[in-house]
Amino acid sequence: MTAQAAPTHRSLYRLDTRTKRRNAAEKRFRLYGLAAVGFGVLALVVLLSSVLAQGVGAFRQTFVVMDVMLDEGVLDKSGTRDPEVMKKVTTIGYGKLLQTSLNAELAEKGFAVEGMSAKDVGALISKEAPAQLRDRVLADPDLVGQTIRFKAYANGRIDGYFKGRVSLQSAELDSNVTPEQLRLADTLRAAGIMELSFNPGFIFGPDASELRPEAAGLGVAILGSAYMMLIVLALALPLGVATSIYLEEFAPRNKWTDLIEVNIANLAAVPSIVFGILGLAVFINFAGLPQSSPLVGGLVLTLMTLPTIIIATRAALKAVPPSIKDAALGIGASKMQTVFHHVLPLAMPGILTGTIIGLAQALGETAPLLLIGMVAFVREYPAAPPEGFGDPAAALPVQVYNFTQRADPAFIERASGAIIVLMVFLLAMNLLAIILRRRFERRW
Amino acid sequence: MTPGLLALLVLAIAAAGFVIGRKRALSAASGDSRSLHSLPGYYGQSVALFAAVPALVFLAGWLVLQPLLIDMRVGATITPADIPQGSSQSLVMSDVRRIADGLDVLAARGAPDTASLDPATLRSRLAEAGIALGNDVKPAIFDAATDYRARAAKGRLAMTVAVIALSAAGFAYAFSRITPAFRARNVVERFIKALLIGASSVAILTTLGIVLSLVFETTHFFRLYPAREFFLSLTWNPQFRGGSDLGIWPLLWGTLYVSFIALLVAVPVGIFAAIYLAEYAGRKTRATAKPLLEILAGIPTIVYGLFALITVGPMLRDYLAQPLGLGSSSSSVMTAGLVMGIMLIPFVSSLSDDIINAVPQAMRDGSYGLGATQSETVRQVILPAALPGIVGAVLLAASRAIGETMIVVMGAGAAAKMDLNPFEAMTTVTVKIVSQLTGDTEFASPETLVAFALGLTLFVFTLGLNILALYIVRKYREQYE
Repeated sequence: MTAQAAPTHRSLYRLDTRTKRRNAAEKRFRLYGLAAVGFGVLALVVLLSSVLAQGVGAFRQTFVVMDVMLDEGVLDKSGTRDPEVMKKVTTIGYGKLLQTSLNAELAEKGFAVEGMSAKDVGALISKEAPAQLRDRVLADPDLVGQTIRFKAYANGRIDGYFKGRVSLQSAELDSNVTPEQLRLADTLRAAGIMELSFNPGFIFGPDASELRPEAAGLGVAILGSAYMMLIVLALALPLGVATSIYLEEFAPRNKWTDLIEVNIANLAAVPSIVFGILGLAVFINFAGLPQSSPLVGGLVLTLMTLPTIIIATRAALKAVPPSIKDAALGIGASKMQTVFHHVLPLAMPGILTGTIIGLAQALGETAPLLLIGMVAFVREYPAAPPEGFGDPAAALPVQVYNFTQRADPAFIERASGAIIVLMVFLLAMNLLAIILRRRFERRW
Repeated sequence: MTPGLLALLVLAIAAAGFVIGRKRALSAASGDSRSLHSLPGYYGQSVALFAAVPALVFLAGWLVLQPLLIDMRVGATITPADIPQGSSQSLVMSDVRRIADGLDVLAARGAPDTASLDPATLRSRLAEAGIALGNDVKPAIFDAATDYRARAAKGRLAMTVAVIALSAAGFAYAFSRITPAFRARNVVERFIKALLIGASSVAILTTLGIVLSLVFETTHFFRLYPAREFFLSLTWNPQFRGGSDLGIWPLLWGTLYVSFIALLVAVPVGIFAAIYLAEYAGRKTRATAKPLLEILAGIPTIVYGLFALITVGPMLRDYLAQPLGLGSSSSSVMTAGLVMGIMLIPFVSSLSDDIINAVPQAMRDGSYGLGATQSETVRQVILPAALPGIVGAVLLAASRAIGETMIVVMGAGAAAKMDLNPFEAMTTVTVKIVSQLTGDTEFASPETLVAFALGLTLFVFTLGLNILALYIVRKYREQYE
């Protein structure tokens, strides 16, 4: 002890270097943790805001609003107003009509269109507009001969110009639009002939071809997704609840039960695309169900969602206190009566919450649907169920993927807009689950 | 009768069975339900169950088997001479089915007699009805199609009769058993229990279906393409005219590289976030930050894919890859890995958080009592105790990363190569499964079937990782109680 240096007398308030180092390490460690949480939250914010910023534009669209004289001489030469006869006039006829109407409107308001042919002016209107006008006239033949106010989609490039995707410089290099057209569009917008307004067609309309981004909508995809969710709900909920009741309340501990348990745990971890392969091989190739139909999609998603629902249901069943079962059994109920009359109703809020979360998961699933042909281009709305379950349809997340595969940058905006629609649905479902849980969940 | 209508009819019979069975039981007991063995409702239920369940199961089985049987019978009538050059039996059969469907459409539109239609003009007539055919209809194929229709119609009629008969028989059987002494509740409960067992074997059937379909098609693939090449070749170059190189290594390399980068992001961030939330954060911070991180797990992968495609990819290209001269592609291993890493953060953090919270407080107190700082406690006491669980969480995240599809489809690119540069576009197993199975391809070619071999590889990989994760967690878990 003698060799030891004389103890330095110092205040406890003055830290030695080692303590300082340890404290610095402590601070650093804490900072790392905070940074990690911050990174996660920041990533979430950037992710959501980038999609939102890109997608909001999809809900507003440039329209050309003008008076169209539905000339009887063009649309219904026979004068019979018979839709079957009037079907002979193709969209080309209606396109010419729109073109002359727009030119007339311009001439009337006194805008000079030097250097542009009537066709160039007509090209401001989307190529989808004639078909819409034709549908409207065929649905109501009495419109022929009248002058109606028609709101036509503007060409996608014009729309892009107002949203900042297309500029006068890029138009120079673009074979689809000229700078003159863009300048004319500016004038028209100032004059109120063109306007940016909310576009219900984006939510309710069908998809459109690669060259007409302005007309592409999500109607078929939303309907297809809704059909699939119906099927998932109708199959996965009863199957999942039945499985959980059996495993939780009746199953003896044996090899068979163990096998089922292992399988469920396993299915929860199988990559989703493998379910797509299963759907393709079993439901389409073996059982011969129709490709790209909500039926097959719903079946595949059911199998995927089952583990989620089973896990949630079992937790809910477990949470019901044994005293309730004992009481029921004690006054003479059978095991089955106990489960169906007491345990199941008490577990219902938990089961429904789990089911909604499972459905939300299924709604956003994309990969397996790609394999069962949901990528196909579908313009027709599927029929009403049950026949409609076999009709080809799109699905919301797959529609997003489809949009991103197309060349026109306008589709990026559409894809982001579709994501917003998808997220609104997911948010609504999750909110519903939270409300259910808050309202009905009982703590024993 | 359509299957849906038939099912509804069976359900209606069952509903009627419930009412009638209940009434019958009561009348058998001359209105005094006390002399019945079970509550009257159980007698009704027994009739309803016997009327509905066997008939519906039979209906489902018939719907699956009928097309197979008819295909087999009709397929037998097609001679090799009827199969055009470059086509196959299955393609001809799909033509036959299309024509048969078309004839149905024509019949529904009021064509006089579809059997008397001229095969030569059939193609244009079908085109009018909205069914496009690749080539003109040969008489033999037309005969096969009419045969197909006849058999299908006959089958459907037989199905309708059989299902209704079965339902009625079940009804009659259960109805005849109703006496006051009949133990209806026990019968019904045994029946329901059997249904519950049936429902729980769906999980087993699904796994069986996955394994069988993968294995079956994979052996089919290896008959057309040598397995040695698949497992040993270093090039992936599918040609749709045959002579492809279908080596799995470039795809595996891409998969593992992307997953590695994803884990490089997710593991440190996830573990540090878990430590912070479990050990440092106040109650309020925890209550907001934890759900926010978990939202990341609830966002569909297509959203991440779009994020990679429109935001992360171009950003990495413009600010990192191009200035550094590492590449000019916006889809790259880095893009996909980074975005996937963000997606995996909650998988690592949530599980790790639970595990860290499960470490008993006494161990922390002991460490503090010896003078350790909080970070020293975390590093030297808590992490070692929680390590098996954390390793399990990381392995589960790795299995997610390997099986993830949309992010890599939209973010990683489609070029199969083995490169070390992370800013290069590479491709993964899942991307190739999607691209080989989504095109309009013939189903019997090795280029299509290879997707099943890839799927099997993927399945085995993720299954192995999951089993390993469970094993580690179980084996090394310390019991603290």
